[in-house]
Amino acid sequence: MLSPDILFAAVLNGLMTGAIYALVALGLTLIYGVLHIINFAHGALLTAAMFAAFFAHRLLGLDPYVAAVFIAPLFFLFGYGLQRFIIGPAAHGDDRNILLVTLGLAVIIENALLYAFRADTRTINLPYAFDVVEVGSAFVALPRIVAFIAVFAVALGLWLIMRWSDTGKAIRAVAKEKLGAELAGIEVAHVYAVTFGLGTACVAIAACLLIPSYYVNPHAGNAFVLIAFTIVVLGGMGSVAGALIGGLFVGVVESLSGYYLGESLGQISIFVMFILVLLFRPRGLFGERA
Amino acid sequence: MPRQFLPVSRRQLLQSTALGAAATVASALSAPAVLRAQAAPVKIGVLHPVSGALSYSGQQGRIGATMAIDEINSAGGLKALGGAKIEPMLGDAQSTPEGGNAEVEKMNAASVAAIVGGYASSICLSASQTAARYDLPYIVDVGVVDSIVSRGLKNTFRFGPGFGVIAKTALDNLVILNDQAGKPAKTVVIVHEDSAFGSGLAKLLNTQLPERGFQILEAIPHPTPTRDFNNVVLKIRAQNPDLVIPANYYDEYVLLARTMQQQRVRPKGIYSVLGGAASSYKFVKEFPNAAQYIMDCNHWFDPKNPKALALKKKIEEKNEFYTYEVYMNYSCMLLLADAIERAAGTDRAKIIAALGDSTFAGHAMPYGPTRFVDGQNQGAAPVNTQVLNNDIQVIFPASFASAKPVFPMPRA
Repeated sequence: MLSPDILFAAVLNGLMTGAIYALVALGLTLIYGVLHIINFAHGALLTAAMFAAFFAHRLLGLDPYVAAVFIAPLFFLFGYGLQRFIIGPAAHGDDRNILLVTLGLAVIIENALLYAFRADTRTINLPYAFDVVEVGSAFVALPRIVAFIAVFAVALGLWLIMRWSDTGKAIRAVAKEKLGAELAGIEVAHVYAVTFGLGTACVAIAACLLIPSYYVNPHAGNAFVLIAFTIVVLGGMGSVAGALIGGLFVGVVESLSGYYLGESLGQISIFVMFILVLLFRPRGLFGERA
Repeated sequence: MPRQFLPVSRRQLLQSTALGAAATVASALSAPAVLRAQAAPVKIGVLHPVSGALSYSGQQGRIGATMAIDEINSAGGLKALGGAKIEPMLGDAQSTPEGGNAEVEKMNAASVAAIVGGYASSICLSASQTAARYDLPYIVDVGVVDSIVSRGLKNTFRFGPGFGVIAKTALDNLVILNDQAGKPAKTVVIVHEDSAFGSGLAKLLNTQLPERGFQILEAIPHPTPTRDFNNVVLKIRAQNPDLVIPANYYDEYVLLARTMQQQRVRPKGIYSVLGGAASSYKFVKEFPNAAQYIMDCNHWFDPKNPKALALKKKIEEKNEFYTYEVYMNYSCMLLLADAIERAAGTDRAKIIAALGDSTFAGHAMPYGPTRFVDGQNQGAAPVNTQVLNNDIQVIFPASFASAKPVFPMPRA
């Protein structure tokens, strides 16, 4: 059973899937790192973005990779608006409220999608969806390789923004010391909204990378978000590197356990890991001590 | 109690009820005249999973059933009921047994005469059970699990074949196929979906394949829906079997075949038993390379029956695919209409009795005249097909085979 060829292929598959997980987790961890809230609407936003990518292809004939260029800024604005005009004002400065507001948003978005598009599972067929690239002894589907590279490009871009741009500096300042940042003249509500927008844009890009090889229905995003939560906990709340490495790691674990335990049981190990991390290393691999 | 609270006196009440009764009698007396002019339509429940994971098959089934209804209606409706039209009540089981149950409740409340459909075994099992509570006749269109007809439900009839018959036919023909080719195949991997249909079939194959000299290397279950078959295909590659036997629904079947093609896993044969897509014109048209040489033992229309061929032409003219869901549902609806004609009404017990003595032969399947024993049509049998040169050919039974099987698969 343990032939190195098969093992190599399974690990490679896991890395490819893991990259997408990492991107979803990246958005989640960014929002957590700055706003200190768990965004429960993350999955619903992913689903919404998948529908956007689906209809961009179905109605406008846009390739999902091209559509990402439009959908990401659109979802940035959407996320910005959500935080600036709904989540922020509704929270009245109480973190518990934010939690409930995002949960409420998730329910609203999901059911709106369900109402508009029904429970049907939809897929798009792209001519290159089943093209393969030979990597050593394994064959990897082209969309997965594209996704893998794109995720690293997005992570790098995000890192550059956070490290060098004024906005990035402001975001980091707010994350570290909210009151101090406010005293220094940074508009906290704006920074919060920008962060939420960036997190939502990450999810939108993930959706465009997913749609060539995945399907969309009004609950499609949930599967990813549960895993993304695990990754955020594993990598450390608020850590970008943690999300990236955690994502790849979870992808490989899922692939290997799917291979050895069967498709029906494949995800068990992810959640076992989740519980173990919470028990023995609650701050995660790269998380700062609380 | 003061009188003003009862403004209607006893006498007035008696008068008015007597008048009411007279009116009712009068209208009942005039009813036959009304009926002759315009017979009340007969409602029939058409239940399919038209949304969710099985939506493609469900929609195909609905096309077949409604097509039969349209034909009956345009040919003058149900003759024995004064030309009454059939009014379909379309239901969506949403690809779950609970969804199916909810629709049966609704249909019963709307007083349908009978229900046709269900498609998936798990939906048929629960929907027919719910219908049984109301003595509501239920014709299973496809659902192959044998417990559907072995529960002693008087209302449930299955027109098509069940697992037992299908697996036996499939295995008999597999042995013939393998013997004819000089026994190249010895080892098997089964890939099956994990609900009633797939696991039931896998269990059956697990006991019967070894008895016929095949070794099962592994049985790989997967849920419906599954959107990534890389792991499954890796397992197949690791086992390197002579034969792969898939038993799953349409979407998963297509994905599995395409992933096998993508990963260049080519066993000596892909021999499906009730493969969701293996004998589907849609699959062959959309992915001819992945479909080439795939064999299947599945429901298939009678290629010598003019009715089946006329339907095929009609469906293709509508730019739809002539899949088994279409002609199975078409046939079931005709079967039901025939029973309602003989029952001469919509009394549920009479329809059930009429279905029980049915000898209906005007369907599109190679089953001969219908004969139900405990709700199972005795003549129902599957057919073996193979995808050859972008078309689907019948390879067994010999009586109407249109091509010789190509086995083992030529190396590309």
